[in-house]
Amino acid sequence: MSFLAARSMTGGYGGADILKDCTITVDKGEIAVVVGPNGAGKSTAIKAIFGMLNLREGSIEFDGRDITAMAPQDRVRQGMALVPQNRNVFPSMSVEENLEMGAFIRNDDFNETMELVFHLFPVLREKRAQPAGELSGGQRQQVAVGRALMTAPQLLILDEPTAGVSPIVMDELFDRIVEIARTGIAILMVEQNARQALEIADHGFVLVQGGNRFTDTGEALLANAEVRRSFLGG
Amino acid sequence: MDIVNALALFANFVAVPATAYGAQLALGALGVTLIFGILRFANFSHGELMSFGAMATILVTWTLQDLGIGIAPFPTALLALPVGILASIAVSLATNRMVFRFYQRRRANPIVFAIVSVGVMFVMAGLIRIIIGPDDQSFADGERFLITAFEFQKATGLKEGIAIKQTQVITVVVALVVVAALFWFLRKTRAGKAMRAFSDEEDLALLSGVNPDRVVQIAWIITATLACIAGTLYGLDKTYKPFIFLQILLPIFAATIVGGIGQPVGAILGGFVIAYSEVMVTYAFKKVITYLSPTDWAPEGLVQLLSTDYKFAVSFIILVAVLLIRPTGIIRGKVI
Amino acid sequence: MNRTVALYVLMALLLVGVGFYQSWNVAFGIFNLCLISAIMALGVNMQWGYAGLFNVGIMGFTALGGLTAVLVSMPPVGAAWAAGGSDIALSALSIAGTVAAILVARRLVLPVLRLPVTLALIVIGYFVISAFFVPATERIEAVDPAQTGYLGGLGLPIVLSWPLGGLVAAGAAWFIGKVALGLRADYLAIATLGISEIIIAVIKYEEWLSRGVKNVTGLPRPVPYEVALVESEWFVGLADWLGAPDVADIASLFVKLCYAVLFLAVLAVVMWFAERALRSPWGRMMRAIRDNRDAAEAMGKDVTGRHLQVFILGCATCGIAGAMLTTLDGQLTPTSYIPLRFTFLVWVMVILGGSGNNWGAVLGGFVIWFLWVEAEPLGNWFMRTVTLPLAEDSSLAQHLVAGAAYTRYLLMGAILLLVMRFAPRGLIPER
Repeated sequence: MSFLAARSMTGGYGGADILKDCTITVDKGEIAVVVGPNGAGKSTAIKAIFGMLNLREGSIEFDGRDITAMAPQDRVRQGMALVPQNRNVFPSMSVEENLEMGAFIRNDDFNETMELVFHLFPVLREKRAQPAGELSGGQRQQVAVGRALMTAPQLLILDEPTAGVSPIVMDELFDRIVEIARTGIAILMVEQNARQALEIADHGFVLVQGGNRFTDTGEALLANAEVRRSFLGG
Repeated sequence: MDIVNALALFANFVAVPATAYGAQLALGALGVTLIFGILRFANFSHGELMSFGAMATILVTWTLQDLGIGIAPFPTALLALPVGILASIAVSLATNRMVFRFYQRRRANPIVFAIVSVGVMFVMAGLIRIIIGPDDQSFADGERFLITAFEFQKATGLKEGIAIKQTQVITVVVALVVVAALFWFLRKTRAGKAMRAFSDEEDLALLSGVNPDRVVQIAWIITATLACIAGTLYGLDKTYKPFIFLQILLPIFAATIVGGIGQPVGAILGGFVIAYSEVMVTYAFKKVITYLSPTDWAPEGLVQLLSTDYKFAVSFIILVAVLLIRPTGIIRGKVI
Repeated sequence: MNRTVALYVLMALLLVGVGFYQSWNVAFGIFNLCLISAIMALGVNMQWGYAGLFNVGIMGFTALGGLTAVLVSMPPVGAAWAAGGSDIALSALSIAGTVAAILVARRLVLPVLRLPVTLALIVIGYFVISAFFVPATERIEAVDPAQTGYLGGLGLPIVLSWPLGGLVAAGAAWFIGKVALGLRADYLAIATLGISEIIIAVIKYEEWLSRGVKNVTGLPRPVPYEVALVESEWFVGLADWLGAPDVADIASLFVKLCYAVLFLAVLAVVMWFAERALRSPWGRMMRAIRDNRDAAEAMGKDVTGRHLQVFILGCATCGIAGAMLTTLDGQLTPTSYIPLRFTFLVWVMVILGGSGNNWGAVLGGFVIWFLWVEAEPLGNWFMRTVTLPLAEDSSLAQHLVAGAAYTRYLLMGAILLLVMRFAPRGLIPER
């Protein structure tokens, strides 16, 4: 049994189904990457896993518990954290306050987690008093990931974390994500930059039209000729 | 000497009254801006909420006065204020529960919210006029002046005096205390940070585990407190007239927009910008200029830019200027 | 459609009921104001129902219509024109000159200097204008202040002021729409709130123009006077033939009927235009913009331009209604313009009737005006019933009965809140 097992998810925002029998699983300490063409339902799959979309069919199990009907806020308390693609920081609040908001649900001492975040993203320590809205795109992404980490999650979900950042920043961010996974946190990530993402992925899920097309290890997918031709541009 | 006289004259007729008025507007605008920040709509019932708070305070003040309880030389209203605040909080929490929460849960369009707030305004206006009547009410007691113009003249030997009403000082002091407390709350407390986060990015705040109902309740509690204090201070400084609270809505909204919607610091700035402009534009500067001119020359007219009849036109003109030049306000506020 | 007919019949029955139980004079008095309210509601429905614009300055546009009625119909005051007319004309010229100078200067100077130059020109213009304006108004207001003290009007038939009132209101709407449309929705609300207060202030305090709080009374009528009717042979004959006991009573009813015919004609014309517009491609586009502004904008529709059009049309309709109202009253009393009555009440009409449906708006105008008038006796009755257990001379009872008139506010608020919550589409929903 996987740590997170979302099986046979089917549903949409009312109207037609966007997800059709889509299955995504992640294990502890591993990085799972969801790739696919535009409109394949990648982000929708993540929203469904986080409970922001009502499923018609399918189930989601997390840490051995069925959470299919749980509200998003309660999933945060269960140990899931989401970094949304847009609007993922509080722009008028300082970097430090953003991180504090991440720890809002925690009643224990979160200084250690904050140290961990500052260790991962040293630039945030420098800019801790600056409003997050004034940071560069890459730094904002770091704040967003940091905020999610502050909940001390067991599963970190990232929705296109490298959208709109430069290639150098992207590499840097992927390095950090690998580092986070090494601490034992499971990572599920949707990515537009499929090749680079699959390079760091333990598992990859290629979605097409809301369903699984290929599911394999990252390495195997990169080696698969059809995947390369259709989704990685040769 | 003449320069000092001119300054004294200016202080007496412009600086002192405008500061008190600005403090009242700032308190009102803070409430409007908080609701803007959290529920994202223009609350047309805010004026009536101020009126309601002032009315509750007045009723308690009268009772206390009848019982002979007072805190002379301070106005009895200060003693009654906490009760008025509690009444305002009760009323706005009840309104939130019965009216606004429904629309908040459906994430209704801000204009729908605004129309609903018009309904609340009607109901409150009716209640207030039935309970206390439509007429002017005076409830100020205690020492009237902190320093009269005559005393000031005697003490300084100047030709011009500065009169400072006790209510003006109370207004400014209370406003300072309240604003300081509000900023401490928003910056330092967990609930305050949750409110700012909710105002910044509602969805992300929800993802962080912020309870929306709780945030909205706190916003109403603070708004009601501010509204009651603002209404009471306004009533103490001038007199309490139920109909004035619909007119004061315009300068308050103007202060909110001028400062930057959803920005507490902006609301305070906006309040003072509006108040000072209103008083300065409608003040006749003739005597001030006479003092300042090197010879005995005096201007022929009153040197009054606008008659006092048009004082709320000033807030409108500033509002239009801001909309044209910088629609986000002085401190960049929300643009939805 | 059946529902619409049924509701209108019900409304008619209510008015007939008033005719039988109170008096026909009261019934037609209410009916006439219902007609005017219906026109206002149509104006607001164009803005809110078609386009989703939130205008809270209806009072101002109504008052502009009222002012136009005075300026069109009252006889000119020759002495006042002689005393200050030329200087008023000169100040108008200097206003135009200032505006022109600012427009030209803004083109010529460097962008950095634009703001200071504009401000400097405004200040200079201000002093030039007041040099003519202030003495002129003082002289005009000194001309027989008890009777005139203002410039008077053009002495034209008052019915002309109805379309002209619409035009004047449209002008004000153009200005405010230019400033506030295209920004966030609440800004329009607050800007219109402001402009309406300013319009009222101008009418209240510019005595040379409108006599201010001294009121203009005795506006000429488009219909016969009761006194003249009672003395005319044919009318007395008619009253005899009808077997009416009191000629004066019938005369007053006849006058109200004449107004009713005129108002009905205007309502019919406005309604015809409103329905045509709603069904036209223009109206469909307007509703498309209302329902999905972003999509309409993406398709290349000029959203702000369309909004400006519909805003001007709606305000013009309110201006027409305002001129009609002042005509019916026969006087302009600036202090009677309060936002609860002239702005927010019209909103209740539109919301109750059915946003986006013209027939609904008209019905809303009828129902709400009826309730607004009849709420007073109802409130009185209610307060007396509530206070029955109290002693006759109890101060609480007296206080409550004195406040009975304000139960109408409670009633209107309750209607608005209940409709918004439980029937947001109103009595006759949009098709």
